Parts: sequence; C-alpha cells; structure tokens
Amino acid sequence: MNNALYQRRKFANTLGVGLSMFAMSLGLFVLLWILFILFKNGIAALDWAMFTQSTPAPGSEGGGLANAIVGSLLIVGFSTVISTPVGILAGIYLAEYGDESSTASITRFVTDIMLSAPSIILGLFIYAILVAQVKHFSGWAGSLALSLIAIPVVVRTTENMLRLVPGSLREAAFALGAPRWKVATMVTLRAAQAGVVTGVLLALARISGETAPLLFTALNNQFFSSDMNKPMSNLPVVIFQFAMSPYDNWVRLAWGGALLITLTVLVLNIVARTVFSDKVSS
Amino acid sequence: MSSQPTAESLAAGEHSPAASMIAIARRQQLQDFWFHKITMLFSLVVLFALIGIIASLIIKAVPTFQKFGLGFVWRIEWDIVNEEFGALISIFGTLASATIALLIAVPLSFGIALFLTENCPVWLRRPLGTAVELLAAVPSIIYGMFGLFVFAPLFAEYGQPALQSTLGQMPVIGSLFGGAMNGIGILAAGLILAFMILPFIAAVMRDVFEIVPPILRESAYGIGCTTWEVVRHVVLPYTQKGVIGGVMLGLGRALGETMAVTFVIGNSQRLVPSLFAPGSSIASTLANEFAEAGDFHLSALFALGFLLFIITFVVLALAKLLIVRNEKSKGAKT
Repeated sequence: MNNALYQRRKFANTLGVGLSMFAMSLGLFVLLWILFILFKNGIAALDWAMFTQSTPAPGSEGGGLANAIVGSLLIVGFSTVISTPVGILAGIYLAEYGDESSTASITRFVTDIMLSAPSIILGLFIYAILVAQVKHFSGWAGSLALSLIAIPVVVRTTENMLRLVPGSLREAAFALGAPRWKVATMVTLRAAQAGVVTGVLLALARISGETAPLLFTALNNQFFSSDMNKPMSNLPVVIFQFAMSPYDNWVRLAWGGALLITLTVLVLNIVARTVFSDKVSS
Repeated sequence: MSSQPTAESLAAGEHSPAASMIAIARRQQLQDFWFHKITMLFSLVVLFALIGIIASLIIKAVPTFQKFGLGFVWRIEWDIVNEEFGALISIFGTLASATIALLIAVPLSFGIALFLTENCPVWLRRPLGTAVELLAAVPSIIYGMFGLFVFAPLFAEYGQPALQSTLGQMPVIGSLFGGAMNGIGILAAGLILAFMILPFIAAVMRDVFEIVPPILRESAYGIGCTTWEVVRHVVLPYTQKGVIGGVMLGLGRALGETMAVTFVIGNSQRLVPSLFAPGSSIASTLANEFAEAGDFHLSALFALGFLLFIITFVVLALAKLLIVRNEKSKGAKT
C-alpha cells in the first residue's frame, strides 16, 4: 500500500472531522455563553416590582416593566388571533388544491420569501398603510405587522403537516361520500392537529421577540395602557430603548426584559417540539 | 373531486331517497365551491401583502427618487439638516457586514451540518440539532445586547489588537483593520450577524445532506473512503444547489437583520475605509431615524427600505429556486 498517500488521506480526514467538531462546539459554546450572560444579568433585575410597576422615567430609580409586559401580551395575543385562522385556511388551500393551480404555486413561492423577508420592511409597510393614514401609532398596527410575520410560518407548517397525512385516510373519507371541505377540516386537519399546533406555537415564538416592525407601529408608551388604539409599550422596544440608554437602572431593566423574552421564546420552542414529537411517535 | 355521486346514477334508484340525495349532493357541491374560494382568498393574503409592500414602498419613495434620480443609490451624503440623501453608506454597511457574516458562518455551519449528519453519535443527534435550532430562535435583540455589552468590550481589548497586528500589517487589506479600536463597528456587526445566521444555514445544510441516498454514501464508505472524502466528493457535489440555496437564505437574513446590527454597528453616517470604523446598514438607519424623521427624510428612508427589499427579494428568490431545483433533481420527497 502507498503509505504516504494513506497518511495524507488520514490527515485530511482528521483535520476535516476535527474542524467540524470545533464548529459544533463553538456553536454550542455561543448558545451557552449567551444564556449564561442573560441569566447572570437578568436574574439581578428580576424582582416583584418588575411585574407590578410601570417603566421609570429617565434617570429615576426603581420601576418595572408591567406596562411593557401587558402591552407585549396584548399585541402578540391579537396577532396570534389574526394570523392563526388566516394561516391555517391558506395552508389548507395549498395542501388540498395546491397541486392543481398555478396561483397556489405562486402563493407558495411568495410565502417562502415572506418567511425570510426583513421584518423591518413589514413595519414600514404597516406604517405606510395604517399609521401614516390615521396619523398615530397604535397597538393594532403592531399586531398587524407581527401577523404578517406569523402568517407565512403558520401557512407553511400547516401545508407541510397536511401533506404528511396518509392519502389512504383522505381516500377512505372520500369513499364514504364526504365532501371535500369535510375531508379537509374534519379528517386531514384533525389528523395533522399536533403539527398545526406546533406551527402556531413556532409562529408565536417567532413574533414574541420581534422588535424591528414594532418600532414604527406600536412605538412605545411610558405609561400603562391597554388601549390598542394608542401607542403601546412592549417589551422588545423597551429593551431596545433602555439598553441603548446611559442610565444604569434602565439597562438593568433591559436585561430583565431580555431574560423574560428569551425564556418565553425558548420555552415555546421546546413545548412546540415536544407536542409534535409526542403525537408523531404515539 | 370524483367522490360526488352523479345525479344520473342516483336518479336510477328509488325515487324519494334519490331526490333527497341529489339535494344533499348539490348542497355539498355548493359548500365545496365556497370552501375552495374562501381558502383561496386567505392564501392570497400573503400575495396581496407582498404587492402592497412593493407598492407602498415605491409610492412613499417617489419624492426621493424624483429629487435625486437613480443617483440616490450611489450618493454618499446623508445630511438630515440640509435634506441631502444618498444610500451608498448604508448600502456599503449592509453589504460589508453581510459579507463578513457569510465568510465566517458558511464554513462553521458546514462543519456543524457535517458533524450532525456524519460523525455525531445517534443519541446526541436530536439534542444537538435542537440546540442549533434554539440558537436560531434566540431573538435578534438579545444578540444585539450580547454584542454591545459583552462581545464589543472583549473584541476591543483582545480581538481588534490581534487583528491589527496580523492582518493589519498586510499590504493591501491592511488599512481595513486600522483606526480606533472601540469594539463596535462594521466588523463587530458582521461577527454578531455570523452567529445569528449560522443556525439557519446549518439547518438547511443538514436537511439537504440528509436527502443524499444512503446507498451512495455507503458505497463510498464501502470502497474505503474516509468521512472527509465522502462529504467532499459524494455529499457536497450531490447537494450543491441546496447548499448554495441555504447560504443565500442566510445572506437574505443577514442583509435584512435590524436589531443585532443596530446595537453594534455604531450608527455613523460617514464612509471610512476601515472595518473597525462605525458605520450603518440600511436596516439600522431605518431603526434609528424613522421615529423622528420629517416628511422628506421619511421618503428617503422609504427609498432605503425599497432598496433593501429589492436586494433581499432577489437573494431569497434565488435561494428558493436553487433549493427547489436541488430537491427536484434528486427526487426528494417534500
């Protein structure tokens, strides 16, 4: 055997595999590092006042994030209410009728692009069609902007999950004389339930941390407000504003908010994955 | 489609039940018709949104393009007081930070995908895969804060001096690594972006690596190839288009990312030929200036947004086409 060649191949392999392991550990390291920093700085800011008091004035002590937390819940909640039915119905169309029409393939293509389109552009869009028309920022505008981000996520997961439902199930329902809409809503959608819920949860996780589109839509509000027609405080924008500020107290609160958001998003992600894998394996 | 009993076959049976069945069939046909139309309407929401986005960006950007023409794209001035606007600084910041991010993220995500598909023990595959996906789920504003408060000081103290004393001494590219070292700037933004897009690219690469038929991979191993050779000469050529598609997807993300960049790029509207210098990207300019902008300034910002949208749209469309073509030509099930 050619020993030199053998050695060289072995070396190249060790190098390649070694570097790939290095890349993997670097990725893991960064994840753990970010989580560590978040917990270290975030726990220090966590106290009861954070959930009960509103955001403090510049330079003042104390205060909390209550208005931002409530605002975020409202904005994200309404946007889930808007995007879930729209996304699921659109997903049903793409899965059930999608093979027959060219509109469906165009829609699918556009959905995939919207899935990764810059979120700040969606904020600009809502600003142009809503905020600029009514001349004030509002919680509704924020909800709409977030819905535009969530809809493509729900559409794509719904379609993919519906397509995983075995054709025989669909055919059996058709053979019993069920009309198409009943097959789609009562047979395939039910069979794909877990997957669709996963999609909704992932969309929820995605929009919970979105900041950029809210900058031009919901803006911010220093005071407690649950009026969706007014500018509304929300966690991401508060974090952005506070973290960039020179006040220690604001920066401390920003870390607290950052920890809250990240935990929410990660928990949603993990729940979504376990819901799905439990249902699929059982 | 063909599940409905036809009226004739029903009419051939007994009279009264048949009539009621025809009525049922008619009603169901009508329901199906409306179901089809309603779901279609909802699926068109996304399409309308896209058309609306393009239209609204163009309409709002018209005053800017009227004043500066297409020259807006390569004008350097960004003077808010005198209302002189040009996109070049922001475009440069956007492209430079995204390029740096790709240069770092692509080899790393290739390594991660390789590890997850070839070397990883089976029991570790799911937890590690989930970890990568969680890295993708961390909100971008968290990357921004991490970059500003943790990464930038470390980078200023250790990273930048090291780069300046090595790459900074080289003849042509040396000046890119000159200037004040305060941690934030285009290079720092690129590095933070790299870790943001890494999980996206890695996830796509892993998925396309997995569609390589086991028989190809196994026969390569069977004739004595090493892992590296299998990946280099079998897996990569087989998944070429999908890999490029994944990279473009990451590029699309990097170009449009707002929060992570805004925190660390420095937000300066000056063109300095150094990667250490603060700059701004299209998205960071929008995030910083939009809320306080006057009418014409707003139009210039919309023009910037329009340019960003065009750039990312092209990149994402190419990515999508490449990934689809890869799956089709390899006969993968979707």
